[in-house]
Amino acid sequence: MIQDHYIIIQNDKIANNIYKMVVEGDTKVVISPGQFVNIRIEGCFLRRPISICDWNDKTITLLYKVVGKGTEILSEMKPLTKLDMLVGLGNGFSIKDSKVPMLIGGGIGLAPLFGLCRRMPQKTVVVIGADTQRSLFFVDEFKSLGADVIISTDDGSEGTKGFVTDAIKTNNIECDYFYTCGPMPMMNALNTYLPETVPGQFSLESRMGCGFGACVGCSIETTNGVKRICKDGPVFYRNDLRNECHKM
Amino acid sequence: MVNISVNLNGVQLQNPIIPASGTFGFGNEFRDFYDVNILGAISIKGTTKEPRYGNPQPRIAECSSGMINSVGLQNPGIDTVVNKEIPNLRKFYHQPIIANISGFSIDEYVECCNKVDALVDIIEVNVSCPNVHNGGMSFGTNPESAAMVTKAVKAVTTKPVFIKLTPNVTDIVSIAKACENAGADGLTLINTLLGMRIDIKRRKPIIANKMGGFSGPAIFPVAIRMVYQVAKACSIPIIGCGGVSNVDDVIEMMMAGATAVEVGTANLIEPMTCKTIIQQLPNRLLEIGFNNIQDIIGII
Repeated sequence: MIQDHYIIIQNDKIANNIYKMVVEGDTKVVISPGQFVNIRIEGCFLRRPISICDWNDKTITLLYKVVGKGTEILSEMKPLTKLDMLVGLGNGFSIKDSKVPMLIGGGIGLAPLFGLCRRMPQKTVVVIGADTQRSLFFVDEFKSLGADVIISTDDGSEGTKGFVTDAIKTNNIECDYFYTCGPMPMMNALNTYLPETVPGQFSLESRMGCGFGACVGCSIETTNGVKRICKDGPVFYRNDLRNECHKM
Repeated sequence: MVNISVNLNGVQLQNPIIPASGTFGFGNEFRDFYDVNILGAISIKGTTKEPRYGNPQPRIAECSSGMINSVGLQNPGIDTVVNKEIPNLRKFYHQPIIANISGFSIDEYVECCNKVDALVDIIEVNVSCPNVHNGGMSFGTNPESAAMVTKAVKAVTTKPVFIKLTPNVTDIVSIAKACENAGADGLTLINTLLGMRIDIKRRKPIIANKMGGFSGPAIFPVAIRMVYQVAKACSIPIIGCGGVSNVDDVIEMMMAGATAVEVGTANLIEPMTCKTIIQQLPNRLLEIGFNNIQDIIGII
């Protein structure tokens, strides 16, 4: 991980409360999809952890949802603004051999699955959950990667009405491996729905003090002992979360 | 040449900057940012007799000039710290180590301090913990129980013992004096202030445990005031702690009476804080007319 200044080259609204920011700078420490950055925002005491959507050798793409003061300030930043960021934080997704991998993203949790999907060697099924049609984003981007995209919305304004599990059931999707990121209730429902024999990876979210393992503010109990979401995660194997899942 | 070294009861520090316990783990996390050997000392993660998961999530709440934490003394327990964490730290770090010990009974303090004594340079005793044998009242909130812990720990240790005091008391001077009279070699002050935030949309406290320790720049004036009061009343050295974020804060803390200074929450936001302070300290001292840092200790 490093601390450095990055230059905003794009910061646009792409859906209801959802923004896409592209920053330019050192990307060498980003090594896997699902890692995150921690952004210093003038006027906020704590940094804001934002998951990396995608990256290349010059830029990092961040998708974020405006949920409070910090992300609101972020959404108003203009291109060429310098951002102080900690980069290359956390352990991301590990791509595993599987015939039929399924990627399930709920709300802004979809963001890191794009960088993952782009790096998957095999065809994927991507299940996107949102509250309503206006909140959907990156549907075409996932399709352009060759993924089969299935959608659920809470109000039925697009795709299956209900949750991601309803969309999976309606479309009769089976998988032999899964990768997911989204709200805890969604991941909990998914954990209950998917047969116990299907392995997978969950990316978790937490309020964080530092984002790099020092304050242990974001610890959870796993089957491998106490782990820090920011440093040991945010991605955990399904097996490691046996204890945590029933609390999710 | 500006002298920035200080001496804590015979333990020579190359500079007065010490990352505060609980903000620096066991040193590993900061190695990506700088060589931790530049530090004056490291106060390692607060340790208890048994391993502790700590408090439920969420444990962190942001405030306008600080944060509340309710980590709840998560730590791997004294045996793992003694057998694994301290030896591991010694592999890449060659400056003084300060153990930070917590207990829920006098026996736990004694056992932990006894086990860690041979491996560290200074023992910092956190008396902010609730005493389970006395209705959960914190050891550090009255002079008698603070003195009891001090006396018991002093009896089983050979290293300088610093009692880390809680600011959540009506008269910190009486507690500091009780610790000094009970044989404490020094005092660290202050620990976090008890605080609370409420999520107005969810109509619930942000922290799962409702309340937690408030730290950060907001508490700096409280820390300065308490260090000043205690330094005037006691003659043992003080490690000043509370909201220190930059080089001027360090100088201010030392002028209030601290011999060394712990930097806590600032490490979490700006991981380079300690390095920056250490680099700036000599020139800043020269600018304000000093070439020996020891001359500013308790100058006011």
